[in-house]
Amino acid sequence: MHIFTFQDMTLVLDTSSGSLLEVDELAGKIISLLPQHTVEAIRETLASGYGQTELDEALAEVFKLVEEGNLNGGLPSEPVLEIEVPQVKALCLHVAHDCNLRCKYCFAGTGDFGGGRTLMDEATGKAAIDFLLRSSGTRKHLEVDFFGGEPLLNFDLVKSLTAYGEEQASKFSKIIRFTLTTNGTLLGEDETRYLNDKKMALVLSLDGRPDVNDRMRPFDGNVGSYTPVKEALLRFVQARSGQNYYIRGTFTAHNLDFSEDVKHMYELGFREISVEPVVGGAGETYTLTTDHLDTLRAEYDKLASFYLERQQAGEPFNFFHFNMATYDGPCFGKRVSGCGAGFDYVAVTPDGEIYPCHQFVGNPRFIMGDVFTGIRDNTLSHEFRQANLYKKPECMACWAKFFCSGGCHANALHTSGTLLKPDQLSCELQKKRVECALGITAAKLRSGR
Amino acid sequence: MSKHVKTLIQGNIKATAMTTACKECQTSCQSACKTSCTVGNQVCQNSK
Ligand code: SF4
Ligand code: SF4
Repeated sequence: MHIFTFQDMTLVLDTSSGSLLEVDELAGKIISLLPQHTVEAIRETLASGYGQTELDEALAEVFKLVEEGNLNGGLPSEPVLEIEVPQVKALCLHVAHDCNLRCKYCFAGTGDFGGGRTLMDEATGKAAIDFLLRSSGTRKHLEVDFFGGEPLLNFDLVKSLTAYGEEQASKFSKIIRFTLTTNGTLLGEDETRYLNDKKMALVLSLDGRPDVNDRMRPFDGNVGSYTPVKEALLRFVQARSGQNYYIRGTFTAHNLDFSEDVKHMYELGFREISVEPVVGGAGETYTLTTDHLDTLRAEYDKLASFYLERQQAGEPFNFFHFNMATYDGPCFGKRVSGCGAGFDYVAVTPDGEIYPCHQFVGNPRFIMGDVFTGIRDNTLSHEFRQANLYKKPECMACWAKFFCSGGCHANALHTSGTLLKPDQLSCELQKKRVECALGITAAKLRSGR
Repeated sequence: MSKHVKTLIQGNIKATAMTTACKECQTSCQSACKTSCTVGNQVCQNSK
């Protein structure tokens, strides 16, 4: 159980059922005593501060929830997740290890992942699609994200692989959902028309205010990208009637006040926004550290207030991490197995090598096989699959576990050298985001929206 | 009528604890972030 405040509400998340409660002061006290105390002990502890009738009433309400299994129950046992052969259902397809921007924090080494600038050829791309269809077993809904570097540097391949994927998927009675992650600089008329005709979901990169964006996302020669990118993205989003996209920004130690960047993007007219903490780069001036935590937490609160304010004003926007699917969220198995890197989801390089996910590309220890011959041995896959929530002591002790699902394997490995110990800074930010998302849900329910 | 505790959301974790994940829903890192893992905002494909 986790008791926290959001604006003027005191909320309780019951970890093992996923139920969310709003409590008054007395019930909050009772609930915080629940884990270590009997009813009698709780009554005794609180008797001096509250009248007997009130105390009885509150105790009865709390214990009714306990009996119904919605409070302070045991955790469900670890689900059986292991299967012999991984069934890959999602590909991150690196169609271009090349980029026309020189973003300072790029985990891909400004596009080439440390391996030279290359484009995927058609034979490799088709082999990747074939690999996906062959490896997906009984799964019907498959995903391909065109990624890079900058995937629009290889736009012809994006088009031919989409056509090939659609054709092949229908032969196997499967559906491939295509998405594309782009820096927006190459979204011309042809690209826009094609991507909109195909209803492809897009992730578009922009970091927010002009100086914030340009400091980290310049073209070669340190020329800022804000103006051309902003214009291209606005045109693009308008052409698809504001549907099916996310503007995705990164915040760093240079813009700890990232809620201002979200506001800026809102004011530009974008309504689907996601911003993420920068990854890695230990020792760089932009790196986030635990010293920044208080500021960042306060920033998420500001963002949550802005989110609710816009909603109440009738001009809402989506913020990716605040969209908690509280009623129709994923099943337990998914909550425990997490991102699926290395078994549900893999990344494919321009040469056709397979890695557990895009964040591992370029590190030879993590090559799992290639799209021509398939996954060579299942050791890595097994290692990633078994690193589920129930195997991580920090996660098992954490109230946010069934919303977070155990954090990013890549972050864990980078900071603690093992998949089984999550990155602490990421955890603190994750927990704050979950609190805000639950708080927003509660506030919306209260105002009937 | 509860005076002290209001259940805002009845969680589905226990109800789905016995089911096997069909994995037809979207992969978390394919959605918008590409750097962090949040499953809480993934919608179950079977509830659509
Ligand atoms: S926030 Fe951290 S400790 Fe908690 S579940 Fe996520 S990765 Fe595990
Ligand atoms: S390891 Fe991290 S970056 Fe890779 S798929 Fe999982 S959450 Fe995403």
